[in-house]
Amino acid sequence: MTDREVCITGYGLLSPLGETPAARWAALDDPAAWRARIDEAATAPFPIHTVGDYELEAQVPRPGDRRAMGPMMQYGAYAAGLALDMAGLKDDADLLQRTHMIVASGGGERDLELDRRILEGASGRDNRDEWITAQMADGLRPTLFLAQLPNLFAGNISIVHKVAGSSRTFMGEEAAGADALRIAHRRLAAGQGDIFLVGAAFAAARPDIQLSYNAGGMLLRGGFADLWSRPDAGICFGAAGAFLVLESRESAAARGVAVRALLRGVESDRTDRRAGDPATTARRQLEKLGIGPVGPETAILSGASGAGAATGITAAERAMLEDLAAGAPVRGTAQAVGHAVEAAFLQNVILAAACVERGEIFAPLSPGAPVEAAGAGPIGRVLVTGWGHVRGEALALVEGAG
Amino acid sequence: MTELRDPFARAVAVTGIGAITSLGRGVAENWRRLTAGESGIRRISRFPTEGLRTQIAGCVDFMDVDPVTIPALSRAMAEAVTDEAVAASGIAEDGAIDGDLFLAAPPIEHDWDSRFDLLDTVDPGGGPYARGAGAAGTDETLPWHREFLNGSLADRLAERHGCTGSPITLTTACASGASAIQLGVESIRRGERPAALCIGTDGSINSESLIRFALLSALSTKNDPPEQAAKPFSRNRDGFVMAEGAAALVLEHPGHAKARGAPVLGYILGCGEAADTFHRTRSNPDGGAIIRSMAGAIADAGLTPEDIGYINAHGTGTPENDKMEYLGITEVFGAGRERLAVSSNKSMIGHTLTAAGAVEAVATVQALREGVLPPTINYREPDPNIELDVVPNEARTQTVEFALSNSFGFGGQNVSLVLGAAG
Repeated sequence: MTDREVCITGYGLLSPLGETPAARWAALDDPAAWRARIDEAATAPFPIHTVGDYELEAQVPRPGDRRAMGPMMQYGAYAAGLALDMAGLKDDADLLQRTHMIVASGGGERDLELDRRILEGASGRDNRDEWITAQMADGLRPTLFLAQLPNLFAGNISIVHKVAGSSRTFMGEEAAGADALRIAHRRLAAGQGDIFLVGAAFAAARPDIQLSYNAGGMLLRGGFADLWSRPDAGICFGAAGAFLVLESRESAAARGVAVRALLRGVESDRTDRRAGDPATTARRQLEKLGIGPVGPETAILSGASGAGAATGITAAERAMLEDLAAGAPVRGTAQAVGHAVEAAFLQNVILAAACVERGEIFAPLSPGAPVEAAGAGPIGRVLVTGWGHVRGEALALVEGAG
Repeated sequence: MTELRDPFARAVAVTGIGAITSLGRGVAENWRRLTAGESGIRRISRFPTEGLRTQIAGCVDFMDVDPVTIPALSRAMAEAVTDEAVAASGIAEDGAIDGDLFLAAPPIEHDWDSRFDLLDTVDPGGGPYARGAGAAGTDETLPWHREFLNGSLADRLAERHGCTGSPITLTTACASGASAIQLGVESIRRGERPAALCIGTDGSINSESLIRFALLSALSTKNDPPEQAAKPFSRNRDGFVMAEGAAALVLEHPGHAKARGAPVLGYILGCGEAADTFHRTRSNPDGGAIIRSMAGAIADAGLTPEDIGYINAHGTGTPENDKMEYLGITEVFGAGRERLAVSSNKSMIGHTLTAAGAVEAVATVQALREGVLPPTINYREPDPNIELDVVPNEARTQTVEFALSNSFGFGGQNVSLVLGAAG
């Protein structure tokens, strides 16, 4: 049995670049536009890329639904709505009943205001544990803490947009986003489903997550710095909601929906980074995707996180790109949109779809960086890399619909 | 047109199992106590419960973990059950498993103790956690990052057993364990790899999680005596009892298992799932998603409802779940429900949450192997509106060829598995 072709028939992206494909493209070619969305004050000393104001009501009309979500789940529900709109699935109950959802989530969302009260009041108490227990018993609100269940990210999308086929939530940082796409692609190719909604979201201003990443020595401090030349601690978080509708060619044709791009393949692996070399994994993945030498007609959108000495992974990816894709235009998108962890890979796949739709790649985002120096002509396909800051190496191939 | 029925045409073999619950360590010990109708529910001793309405749980307090944190306990249990399952299957005799790894695990967050410890040394940035000038992380605090990443446990398990591919950590709330098995079945059916390691683990009982579920009025408050609190399908049922546990299953393509002479303990024959779009914590009153899940699993197995002899119910003991599960069973099985045996392991081990689907799949494999159905204990006051043979209070010797295992969760998650005896 030959594999079925996997089409991208819809995508929705809420990002620091704006919401419409046209606005995004303009922002990618205009450093002033994405730099304006960098907020150095909100979670100082850590700069973040923000999505700015957006009209959540347009995709999540019921106030009760909006209240049941934190920012991350709101970004996701919004982007999922955009993707379903583009794919012509909105309000089609029969199709939504057959639509399978796979999402990546970094966990749930805490009631940060309650956390603040507890942190302020707990210090110096002898009976701290009992006091915290009492504060939580009094202070937690059921509607809000349901958002602490990570699967409610998908659950809320099911409720808001009536996606009823199934819902599965993957966790596990960058690799979770790549694996969500990989599993959907494999199931579609093998006939285990016809329509998939795949997505993730990330909220950049999350003190609980920043606490953890800073403990790992991962976060860029002080002012913004160019992605490829950051200091050892170099991750700058970026907010995003990124959703794709994937569909078999047969399904897209049967309902007459436009195919935006083809998802040729998704590879996702785990390299033991102490003993092995992620570049070897990348080489094997290129072979599996049927890619020979990577020439100038292939653009590369890198998901390099910026993580520096603690893992050495950004430098390792840059070296791999300079080795395996010397002639290809490379763009490290975290420069313009920040690192969106679970959503980073999917965001880049959406940007890749936009590139092949236009047949071109935007200007270098880090103009001074040698890795982005290769000139760009017409683009026929885009490779998307997803090397996690501590684990997971992924590669996707997006081509024009033809 | 008559469709050919061959439930084994797409069957996936179970060649190894492992389990831990509050009843003990290992499949044999758990099976002995489950079929003896024993309860693992006790008063919580891990943290103070004064003033809380619920003070009982099925804690796993016998693992060598100190301090008890969610990632540390979840990891210790996952490693133990995976070691047991892999050893039983003999699949790793060459040192590695040519298979995917799917891990159902609770979300990892810092508990309050580790949060305070970290905040004393590391800067969380502005906002509600801000405490003035803090420092950047160091080599000393790096483990606090690694340990509390959601992907780290699956990463370590994959490394321990030499699994190929990217390990997947997943949650579908209380259906997670069944979803992990479903992902493994799909992968093997696609022919990508000949085996899959499917694991569920949950060691997340702390004061915060207990309070959260209590606030939903989901938990039983009948603290005394603890072992009688979980009362699935009873008229006086008043909620589930939180519990910890883990289970692992080695799944294999039957041809692969046969070629290496592996013991086949049972088969996963079909999987069904459906998302409920009605409400965050309640099923649609029409039971639509539950029905699609059960009917989907039976159809996927190439069977009809008449073929199913036993249901390992989700059976949480909340008023809502048991009512809706009964409605779903009635709709799918019609009058045939009268000859069905339906029991709930949760009456004895409580609700192991993320792990439940895997733990109960292991119990179902055992029921098919041994020809013994574990009971629903604490069944003293039958709910007159739930007319089911719940295998009340005592295990029953009964040979069953095909069984259904249900797992439902908050957020509209519904997964059902059809299992078959090895024959």
